[in-house]
Amino acid sequence: MAEKMLELQDITMQFGGVVAVNNLSMHIDQGEIVALIGPNGAGKTTAFNCVTGMYRPTNGQVKFEGKVIVANYPQGKMKSMYAGENKGKYKHEVAPTPDKITRMGIARTFQNIRLFKTQTAFENVLIATHLHRTSNPFTATFRLNYKEERQMRELALSMLEMVGLQDSKDELATSLPYGKQRRLEIARALATKPKLLLLDEPAAGMNPQETHELGQFIVDIKNRFNLTVFLIEHHMDLVMDISERIYVIDFGKLIATGSPDEIRENQDVISAYLGVDEE
Amino acid sequence: MKTNKLSWMIAFVLLALMFAGLYVLEQTLPPTTMLFTILKKSVIYALIAVSMNLLNGFTGLFSLGQAGFMVVGAYTFAILTIPVQHRAMVYQYYDGGIVQFALPAALGILAAGAVAAVFAFLVGLPVLRLKSDYLAIATLGFAEIIRAFIQYEGLGPLTNGSNLLRRFPTFTGIIPPFAIVAFCIFIIVMLIHSTYGRALKAIRDDETAAEAMGINLFFHKQLSFVISSFFAGVAGALLAMYQGSIQAASFKSSMTYEILLIVVIGGMGSISGSILASFLFIASSEWWLRFLDNELFIGTFKVPLLRSGFRVVVFSVIIMAVVLFYRRGIMGDREFNLRFLTRGRSKAKERKNG
Ligand SMILES: Nc1ncnc2c1ncn2[C@@H]1O[C@H](COP(=O)(O)OP(=O)(O)OP(=O)(O)O)[C@@H](O)[C@H]1O
Ligand SMILES: [Mg+2]
Repeated sequence: MAEKMLELQDITMQFGGVVAVNNLSMHIDQGEIVALIGPNGAGKTTAFNCVTGMYRPTNGQVKFEGKVIVANYPQGKMKSMYAGENKGKYKHEVAPTPDKITRMGIARTFQNIRLFKTQTAFENVLIATHLHRTSNPFTATFRLNYKEERQMRELALSMLEMVGLQDSKDELATSLPYGKQRRLEIARALATKPKLLLLDEPAAGMNPQETHELGQFIVDIKNRFNLTVFLIEHHMDLVMDISERIYVIDFGKLIATGSPDEIRENQDVISAYLGVDEE
Repeated sequence: MKTNKLSWMIAFVLLALMFAGLYVLEQTLPPTTMLFTILKKSVIYALIAVSMNLLNGFTGLFSLGQAGFMVVGAYTFAILTIPVQHRAMVYQYYDGGIVQFALPAALGILAAGAVAAVFAFLVGLPVLRLKSDYLAIATLGFAEIIRAFIQYEGLGPLTNGSNLLRRFPTFTGIIPPFAIVAFCIFIIVMLIHSTYGRALKAIRDDETAAEAMGINLFFHKQLSFVISSFFAGVAGALLAMYQGSIQAASFKSSMTYEILLIVVIGGMGSISGSILASFLFIASSEWWLRFLDNELFIGTFKVPLLRSGFRVVVFSVIIMAVVLFYRRGIMGDREFNLRFLTRGRSKAKERKNG
């Protein structure tokens, strides 16, 4: 009954000779919180970038709500260089730009916070309402869209209130403390009205208390907006706390998948993490 | 929101005062006064600088095509508005040229913008999909090519080749150029404060994040480029009206650098900075520093250094000093605002409430 929201099929991303993501297949059902974990440099962010259109995978395809949104096969000089699997399985290319994927209903945050640095917190969120506009440059310039403009502002403000940043709304985004910047990024992503939310290390740099609160917050917005959440995170407490299923990758390859309890006990995962400091 | 409305109102009042002042000046001073020449040229440069700032300062696209789009605008205007009875004389080497009608000046100005915009659209089509760096090269190339193209003999019946175009309508006073430029800058400011303007600033701040927020990079860059070029074309037409005659050879790329300098001095991303810098730049290069070019004797003492060409030296030094010490320009990316006029009031209100 649970519908597959997102499905990665044999996704391989090769940079020159480096295979950063190696034949990764996974799926996320509607309404789930699923985590992708792995040691530093395992290829987690790269996998995200393949879903959001920032990178074009070398091979494989991504489906969203049953529709192929990204697909590729080794072409050009990759024909001979390709070091991954399933060569020849995919025969067509689908490569929309990231903005198109966001418009389909996939929003993301960035591991290395990317706020609009000359803009206030409020303006940062407001910009993310632009994609649902019905105005054109003419009607917008001459304010014939004033009703829509008001709705955009109301939506942006309500998103800020939800992440508890209404009091900082007129502050420059980059002057906010780290934790607030992370929450602002989430508010900005939500303002695009996504169905699927991708969070790349949302708790990075947070203390245990903040991390715990963030976990509650993620569950909260998931329920409130009927979201599906795909999460990359190094804080194991957070991951174990809120995810329904976990995928573990190491050197770009899937090494384990299962419920938090299964992953905790998995020998491969333990050895992959052995000697690797948790941040 | 309230203070926003108030500052718009103050801006309109100031604008009205400015026009009243110009009117009084025009009634009292002889029309040949240097002041008028300087003001007209400055206000036209203000429009070009603001149009360039829309692209370079607000969208983060580095373009060097301003002179190219201005020459397109200037020629479009001239070709379409020279009165039919003068065409035989202007196009004396080309049997009166092929265009045998004349539009009113207002339509000519609109057409100038429109044709420049079409050229920008065509240049942007292949270039704006690439990384931003290519735009500077492509627009600079465009500006050089279009200038040569206009002077091409084969196009003589249309462009008069390398000969002057003249006898088209010119300004009758100082109010028209100010009114046209004020209206154009008003539109640009409204655009910048609209949702599209916010998208442009997002692209400037972080392309990757903007794209991840659903902003189509190509569409918005193209939009900014076309609108910027439209107003550069309009400014080209105004410059033609100001000069009274035009020749493609004079729209050199050094003109673009001059405008870029104005934008940098005023502050990337500041409309009021661009306007202020245009007036300062034109006034000092064409007027205030003129005395440096003339030899000066006090009694029998010859003041050293003053000779033809010295003005340019001093001017360059001043500009270098500005760029070195005000790295972000006079205004940075802020706008001149009149909050200080309203601040007293809101403070008083605060005191009453608190
Ligand atoms: N654009 C790129 N060009 C070349 N190599 C890249 C590129 N992006 C990522 N890589 C490489 O791919 C590998 C995986 O990087 P990725 O950022 O996906 O790791 P990660 O799992 O997100 O790590 P972390 O936990 O540190 O964020 C690394 O070896 C990295 O150097
Ligand atoms: Mg990462």
